[in-house]
Amino acid sequence: MKKILNIFLLLPLAFAVQAQIAIKAEMIYPVSGAPIRNGIVLVKNGKIESIGTNITIPSSYKIYETKVLTPGLVDARSVVGLSGALNIPIDQDQLEKSTPIQPDLRAIDAYNPEETLVKVIRDYGVTTIHTGHGVGALVSGQTMIAKTKTGTVETVTVQPFSMLAMTIGPSVSSNFTSPGTKAKQIAMIRTQLIKAQGYLKKQSNKDSSKTLATDMKLDALVKLLQGEVKALVTANSSVDIMSAIRLAKEFNFKLVLNGAAEAYRLIPEIKNANAEIILHATMARNGGDMVNMTMESASLLTKAGIAVSIETGYEGYVPKTRILIFEAAEAMAFGLSFEEALKAVTLNPARLLGIADKVGSIEPGKDADLVFFNGDPFEYLSKVCGVMIDGVMVKEGCQ
Amino acid sequence: MIKRFLFVSCMLYTGFVQAQDKPQAFTGALIYPISGPAIPGGVLVVHKGKIVSVGAAGSSIPAGAEVIDVTGKVIMPGLVDSHSHLGGPQGGDASAALNPDARAMDAVNPTSDGFKKALAGGITTINIMPGSGHLMSGQTIYVKMREGKIIEDILITNEKGVYGGLKMANGTNPMRTTPGVFPGTRAKSAAMVRELFIKAQEYKKKIEKAGTDSSKLPERDLRMESLVEVLNGKRVVHFHTHKANDILTAIRLGKEFGFKPVLHHVSEGWKVADEIAAAGIASSIITIDAPGGKLEAMQVSLTTGAALEKAGAAVGFHTDDGITDSRFFLRSAALMARAGMSKEKALEGLTLAGAKMLDLGSRIGSLQKGKDADFIILNGDPFSIYTRVEQTWVEGIKRWDISRPADKAFLFGGYDVYSPIRGEFHQHVDEEQ
Repeated sequence: MKKILNIFLLLPLAFAVQAQIAIKAEMIYPVSGAPIRNGIVLVKNGKIESIGTNITIPSSYKIYETKVLTPGLVDARSVVGLSGALNIPIDQDQLEKSTPIQPDLRAIDAYNPEETLVKVIRDYGVTTIHTGHGVGALVSGQTMIAKTKTGTVETVTVQPFSMLAMTIGPSVSSNFTSPGTKAKQIAMIRTQLIKAQGYLKKQSNKDSSKTLATDMKLDALVKLLQGEVKALVTANSSVDIMSAIRLAKEFNFKLVLNGAAEAYRLIPEIKNANAEIILHATMARNGGDMVNMTMESASLLTKAGIAVSIETGYEGYVPKTRILIFEAAEAMAFGLSFEEALKAVTLNPARLLGIADKVGSIEPGKDADLVFFNGDPFEYLSKVCGVMIDGVMVKEGCQ
Repeated sequence: MIKRFLFVSCMLYTGFVQAQDKPQAFTGALIYPISGPAIPGGVLVVHKGKIVSVGAAGSSIPAGAEVIDVTGKVIMPGLVDSHSHLGGPQGGDASAALNPDARAMDAVNPTSDGFKKALAGGITTINIMPGSGHLMSGQTIYVKMREGKIIEDILITNEKGVYGGLKMANGTNPMRTTPGVFPGTRAKSAAMVRELFIKAQEYKKKIEKAGTDSSKLPERDLRMESLVEVLNGKRVVHFHTHKANDILTAIRLGKEFGFKPVLHHVSEGWKVADEIAAAGIASSIITIDAPGGKLEAMQVSLTTGAALEKAGAAVGFHTDDGITDSRFFLRSAALMARAGMSKEKALEGLTLAGAKMLDLGSRIGSLQKGKDADFIILNGDPFSIYTRVEQTWVEGIKRWDISRPADKAFLFGGYDVYSPIRGEFHQHVDEEQ
């Protein structure tokens, strides 16, 4: 009896994953190419099979219809899943305050795919998140990339260790007794990175008797020094952004500037350093080290030739997360073109995260992560009417 | 020379901010008067800070009026933000949970940079409230976004003869861990409020008994005086409340002491919409993009506006700035419309409904003859992301104009546009909402 039940339970699941689907849309924004009017997207085995106007839908395919179809949105930087909606100690795992440098903290040990906020952002079209340790420590820990579907960490993770989350700015000094100043912040990071350089040298010794005991913290920093992971440095003021650039140059690591409220003031410096940008939410509060932010940042940086990815970032209070499509919409209202605004929450972050072979646009072979809208995706009155992840409808009905 | 130059500048400046001597007629815009149906290509005439007429295309324009062609634009009343913390209202301190004597007017900086956010968002009237960390955090102030140097410059007296309400709060915010001073439970919160109101009832009786004999008046008590104004229906209670049970407690307290509070935030208003409507009580909603951040806001929903509208209750909106930014106030109504509220009621919620909550409905909130010339000019549909507020007029004076670079900067932000030196930004965000 039990055996029969098990098979019974498994069957629908298998069908759900294997389902072959056709989506007819009045307008498709593939992002990787020009918009397609009255187009069709075929989905097979969780992947995009084809996209175009001249497509015959095989009779076995289940058909969905929508006004507008976009790729699943990619949130370039969030803490959702580590930070929960309740905002009480049991669901706040984004920042460990015991010591300011903890590169050994893995995001996968904390991410909760069942968190309420994961559902909230999924229902608004976010299918992939770069999430993990938060803002407010020199090195708060590791970040990861996950699909926003439910399951275990093992089944939703796209990349278990994406970047090292670092912060330079006043939030660090408010969370720790030391560092208490900007100069001390940088001195402490440099000290650790120099230590990691020495560790790397010793560990490279072929004579194993001369290598050091494993140090998880230094192991994680070594990944940074060797370019295996990027540094995700939250820095908002011009002074702090320049410190991040200086550090990246000294230790030759790959730099992603996060927050970057004053990046618009340092365009040549940022381009010169080859730094990538994950920009704060457009409607972020303009207090503290973000006092000089402009809602035109995404537009100014894009016009200067810097690819911008927009994040929802971290929220400490109400609301506990921002909604990515709303933030992209305002970036558009403040000068970004429609196409660039959509790119800033799809293909740009997918490229920055190194997962553009899987997500970020509607192209054959990519994951079937799609969002159905009943109108212009950025309009206040338009609704998200369907969300698909890996070829499975994870939300139906308009909201 | 410098002195002379300064003098001239001052003169120019004064000339600039004064309302025009001659009438001004705005023609060609789609006008949403709120008090009536939309008027395509309508004519709005203002003079000396008041509305002279609102009419259909071709309506008569007074002789000598300056005609301003705003064809293709949209005109609606200046927005009313029924709950904001701009200007630094502070309120009561940690010495007491009940501070009906503390006045926001003694704290607010009328020259704060923060008010530029309101103007850039099309807001012309604000109820500035002390925080929600107290059962009663103090007296609020109703202010117009006039150019102000001293607080009196911007205060606006309402139909009841006061320029503010009383901020109250229930739920978790006023509960603190200082026994004897702050409540630790919901029941204690209500008991402390009731005790003070009963005292106020007795104080009120003494005043009435004294009649014209001033020698029999009770000793002056600032806390009692403010509460007597509430008991007399003169001062409105603005009640911060989130959860359904707390909303009903606020209504129950009002019923016991004979006042009708305006309910603020009402995160779970969708659950008790019928009860709110039956009590004849108005709600001022904050539009929050996502749930959580505090336990009381776990079930916040964009459908609250629609639920209250359907039940027949009055609905307004607020920014709670800095919880949401005044520059995005129009968006608050748009998202509620997205979730089922009618556009008509959503626009009313931004204007007339809010005005009524401040007992200012006879003076502001709609475009009608005799009302204050507070209006905004938009370049399109108020519910569209593609639309911008282009001008904000307060009492016949153009206070904000996107075509002026300095004004535009207050909308966009940028280097040194907003400064903690020039602004009184709310410092205790954690305490709010």
